[in-house]
Amino acid sequence: MTPLIAYLLVSALLFSIGLAGALTRRSAILVLAGVELMLNAANLNFLAFWRYDPHPEELTGFLFVIFSIAVAAAEAAVGLALILAIYRHAGTSDVSEITEMKG
Amino acid sequence: MAFIVRTLWIIPALPALAAGISATLRQRQRLLSAGLAIGSMGISLALALCAFAQSLVDPNRQVVNFRWMQFGSDWISLGWALDPLTALMLVMIAFVGLLIFIYSTGYMAHDANFTRFFCFLSLFAAAMFGVVIANSLLLLFMCWELVGLTSYLLIGFWYHRPAAAAAAKKAFITTRIGDLGLLLGMVWLYSQTGTLLFYDHGAGCLEHGALTSLLGAASVAGIPIFTAIALLIFCGAVGKSGQLPLHVWLPDAMEGPTPVSALIHAATMVAAGVYLVARVYPLMGLSHDGIATALKVVAWTGAITAVFAACIAVAQNDIKRILAYSTISQLGYMMLGLGVGGVSVGIFHLITHAFFKALLFLGAGSVIHGCTEEQDIRYLGGLRRFMPVTFATYTIGTLALCGFPLLSGFWSKDAILHAAHNWSVSQAPFYLGAIGALLTAFYMTRQVCYVFFGERREPQTAESPRAPEEFCFVPDPHESPARMTTPLAILAILAVVLGFIDTPAWPWFTSFLERPEPALATASPVAASLNPALDFGRFAEAGLLPLMLMSSLIVLAGIGLGWWLYGRKPTTRATDPDPLERVAPPIFHALQKRLYVDELYESTIIRAAHWAAHVSAWLDRWVWNGAVSTVRLLVTGLGRIDASIDTHAVNGGFDEACHEVSQGGRLLSRFQNGKVQNYLRVIAAALVALAALLLWRSAA
Repeated sequence: MTPLIAYLLVSALLFSIGLAGALTRRSAILVLAGVELMLNAANLNFLAFWRYDPHPEELTGFLFVIFSIAVAAAEAAVGLALILAIYRHAGTSDVSEITEMKG
Repeated sequence: MAFIVRTLWIIPALPALAAGISATLRQRQRLLSAGLAIGSMGISLALALCAFAQSLVDPNRQVVNFRWMQFGSDWISLGWALDPLTALMLVMIAFVGLLIFIYSTGYMAHDANFTRFFCFLSLFAAAMFGVVIANSLLLLFMCWELVGLTSYLLIGFWYHRPAAAAAAKKAFITTRIGDLGLLLGMVWLYSQTGTLLFYDHGAGCLEHGALTSLLGAASVAGIPIFTAIALLIFCGAVGKSGQLPLHVWLPDAMEGPTPVSALIHAATMVAAGVYLVARVYPLMGLSHDGIATALKVVAWTGAITAVFAACIAVAQNDIKRILAYSTISQLGYMMLGLGVGGVSVGIFHLITHAFFKALLFLGAGSVIHGCTEEQDIRYLGGLRRFMPVTFATYTIGTLALCGFPLLSGFWSKDAILHAAHNWSVSQAPFYLGAIGALLTAFYMTRQVCYVFFGERREPQTAESPRAPEEFCFVPDPHESPARMTTPLAILAILAVVLGFIDTPAWPWFTSFLERPEPALATASPVAASLNPALDFGRFAEAGLLPLMLMSSLIVLAGIGLGWWLYGRKPTTRATDPDPLERVAPPIFHALQKRLYVDELYESTIIRAAHWAAHVSAWLDRWVWNGAVSTVRLLVTGLGRIDASIDTHAVNGGFDEACHEVSQGGRLLSRFQNGKVQNYLRVIAAALVALAALLLWRSAA
């Protein structure tokens, strides 16, 4: 069985990639994609720790991830809608240009 | 208590009301103003006659007192009293006042400020009534000051003339000096007796209890307290009645309109001083033994004033000034009479004098009115043909004033001389009085000769002293209208007959006025019944007849001398020297200059006042101002230091701190630049740092 550390490494890699994407991309959509990656890295951590838990028959981590995915889907929908609205309003989706809340 | 006693206050209230209404009238409402004044005076006269009748029926003093004001725990009471003295004065003032009011409607007919004149006159009458009915020294003092105020207003009635304005001020300030004494005396009296009411059913300051306690009080600097108080009160009388040395204002007061001179400065107001002395006579007469010091002072002041003013009157040329000095002299006689004789002697002369002096002044006013405002007797002359009524009445007034036998002045002046002759202290006042009588007869004859006899002399070319625009040249003098001559005639009749109310054969006046008081049984030697019998035998008493003969001779000598000098060869030209001037020029000039009293005051008191003013001004400018400036500099200096501390230290510190805070804010605000990824980077860095920390902790 693959040791826990491998899962954690993959998860950390996934998180780092997501973080780098969120930090460096200009496009708001790609930033959102980075955020999703980091979220999934966290989900992977949950699953890994659940699997290697002394009581895997209690579906705690699994249920948490199911919820997390559902929330992430909603979040993605809301985030995309926001991005769309900002694009319509400001004419751009470049996050470095959107510096003001004031419209 | 009789109705009239309770309503006595209406007598002064009516003229006061008339004055108040008059003050609001317009200049054109002449008839209304004069009507109000004369009407109120007429009603007052009627009430005064009622009061007089009441005091005839019941000569006991009746008082009405009321509480006025609370001082700490003490109440100050005011009130009025009706006694023979008050009743007589009321009738005299109301009667003379009414005649003068009527006369004024003619005399002031052309004056623009007719309503103002009557307003002041009514106010004066109200105040004067107040003086005589007052039963409280305080109320008397208030009315006294009101009288002084109206005197000031009326002397300065033609205030556009600098002389009138100056005379008004002089009168006001000079009498104020005397009033200060009166005020001090009043305060002292209050502190000694605790009341200012004259009569208060045994508790008044002129009644037995208070007088006894005053007699028992300690002396101050060798002077008994009662004498000191009496003399201080007498100071007020000296100022008001123009006695030496405060007489200087009265001749100058002749700048006022002539009816004012007649009413205020001859008949009533100047007599208020005499009245005051008569009113506080029980206090004046207080003494441990013999004759009171205060009365001696009164007698000497009166005697010296009588002669002094008569001397000056000899050399004056202004018709009204001669009468003014004559008034001063006669007031001196009244004081002499009060000092040596008693209340009735002084007051009898006051009453007769009021009538014949008012007559003389009104006659002088008639002359002035008829001769286009000419007042210098050298430029008048021969008026007996032009103004027969004025001439006849004026001559009667003159004879009455001189003391011509059987006229009113003869009886009253004789009573004074008789009392002075019997005075136990000294005979000198008697001789002074006799000399004064001689001089009086002389200067009045001189005046009459100048004005009415001889030929008319050419008028002065100088401008009229009164409003020049009203000046219209009348070549011949004319007789005055009936409303001016009628009062003259009435007063002339009274000047003749009034003396008969107190002849030695029938001393009604004396017995009316000097009923023996229970507390002061020794004040008057006369204790006759109210209606004394006619008894010619009294003429034979104690050298009375020789004295009367002698005084008649003196008067005739004075008149004869005057006629011999002035009437025999009338002066034909106004610029000719006076016959007396030819005889003794230095004396005449000294008298003409009024014995240099004004100059003396000018060079001493007024100069001293100037010096004091200068010193005060200097002190004010340099010392007090310097002190104030130093304080000011100190305070501004402190202010400057404070301001610089504020600007540099406090403000600088705050500015610096604010700058730092705003710099810090600027620095921190750089982090919040709205770039979301930057925030995320910070969070990431912090996360890394947290992870490193946790790793390092778990490793350690």
